Amino acid sequence: MLDRAGALLSTTGDLSVFAMRAAREAVLPPYEFKETVRQVYELGARSAPLIAVSGFAVGVVLSMHTRASLERFGAEAMIPAGLAMALVRETGPLTAGLLLSGRIGAGIGAELGAMRVTEQIDALEAGAVDSFRYLVVTRVVACIIALPILTTLMNFAGMLGGFLAEAAATGMSLQLYFTRAFSLIAVSDYLPSTLKTMVFGFIIATISSYLGFTTSSGTEGVGRASTQAVVMSSVGIIVANVVLVRLIFFLFPGAAG
Amino acid sequence: MSSPRPGGAVLPAREHVPARAAVRLDGVTKSFGSLRVLDAVSFAVLPGCAFIILGRSGTGKSVTLKHIIGLVQPDEGRVFVEGDEITALRGVELSRVRRKIGFLFQNAALFDSISVGENVAFPLRRHTRLSDAEIRDRAVAKLEAVGLGQEYDKMPADLSGGMRKRAGLARALALDPPILLVDEPSAGLDPVTAGEIDDLLFGLKGNGGTTLVIVTHNIPSAKRLGDELVMLHQGRIVASGSPEELQNSDHELVRAFMSSQHAG
Ligand SMILES: Nc1ncnc2c1ncn2[C@@H]1O[C@H](COP(=O)(O)OP(=O)(O)O)[C@@H](O)[C@H]1O
Ligand SMILES: [Mg+2]
Repeated sequence: MLDRAGALLSTTGDLSVFAMRAAREAVLPPYEFKETVRQVYELGARSAPLIAVSGFAVGVVLSMHTRASLERFGAEAMIPAGLAMALVRETGPLTAGLLLSGRIGAGIGAELGAMRVTEQIDALEAGAVDSFRYLVVTRVVACIIALPILTTLMNFAGMLGGFLAEAAATGMSLQLYFTRAFSLIAVSDYLPSTLKTMVFGFIIATISSYLGFTTSSGTEGVGRASTQAVVMSSVGIIVANVVLVRLIFFLFPGAAG
Repeated sequence: MSSPRPGGAVLPAREHVPARAAVRLDGVTKSFGSLRVLDAVSFAVLPGCAFIILGRSGTGKSVTLKHIIGLVQPDEGRVFVEGDEITALRGVELSRVRRKIGFLFQNAALFDSISVGENVAFPLRRHTRLSDAEIRDRAVAKLEAVGLGQEYDKMPADLSGGMRKRAGLARALALDPPILLVDEPSAGLDPVTAGEIDDLLFGLKGNGGTTLVIVTHNIPSAKRLGDELVMLHQGRIVASGSPEELQNSDHELVRAFMSSQHAG
């Protein structure tokens, strides 16, 4: 019991050191531009279908719930705005973050884990390449770039899903729907909640890279790194979200209205 | 102004070393957990010579090679590469020394997300300013040297173990390094291909003046290539010398090794 607590504590310590190193080296040159761009594509662009489809489905379901609640107050006209607000402020960022913890977290954990146990990371080092910069920093930066973009995609896909649900129920036009949807959304709703996903991106990439980098004991270890990466980054995001939302309410009182 | 290391002198490391050694281990001791793998191992490899490390599996031969390129840090002792103390270097300085060394991993360690040819081109892309066409030409030439001229666009996963090994050797040779460390180059190869790899290594040593440190179980090959052989056993060098000297060693294990005809 005490052993496990000790191990957890030392992992947390190592992870913090790892994360701080990633943050520091992400801003200091030399930069690995080419590899970072490739990672934005691999981790970001290739996640777009997942995010678009999920966002759409979430939009449909949210719309049905919003309709059920607002109809009771005779406030059907508020459905688009209510849905947009729910998506932009919380559902979009958090759902995108969790989905990407799954896809990106598992991917990074397995890829770097496999590279570790097959000595490909050592081979980079032996070839005079800074493996941390080349593998970790590129993925961290790529995730920080990709998350807000994918979150925005999720929001739009969700609104599109909401529109289709609404059009099926009432025959509302696309133009009217989006006019109403955006009527209440302010910059202070969109920007802070979307930019907070940069932190999600940082959390997913550093935790998963850490677990991949420290993989040992062969194929079994790779599977464990991958699973652990998903579990730990999901929990990390949900916990960080509490702090971030609190912070946003503090910094942008308008966002709480 | 360099600061004194504990137990070390203020002078730069290169002044302690006879300039002659290309690679030198000085009392290297290394444990993993409670397992002492290397116990005060010392040796020097002269430039342009082939130095062979023999020993049973699990005696620390691969760990020894990894010390030379700074992938493993010794608990005690120091490692010098052409006068630089690699065990004391970090960052760009460490990279500068590593660029002088080609390394063939025991399991080849090819980058499995890029093609075989791109594996060989990788060091060239990282460390030279050659054009794409020149890089491709050089990578193809290195692949041809190991008999894989046709495999540029294959993925590593589609190669046999022996082919991966040879591709790994081509990658290690990409920058024409003055020092080449190879871990069991002929393991998993058929006798004909193994002989061709031997010829290649022999040529590097003879013509190019490349310093070779070779871990092998292939005794005929060790006798042909080696200028000096050492036998590692239980963390120590138990015998060293020319092939003839080891052949006549009074250490039983060494004689048993040297009389084997097994080419693996
Ligand atoms: N990174 C490591 N962590 C723990 N033990 C290791 C590590 N690398 C090697 N060892 C252990 O060191 C010993 C020597 O390994 P190695 O040098 O690979 O042997 P070989 O002589 O067959 O090449 C083995 O017992 C191996 O398990
Ligand atoms: Mg070995």
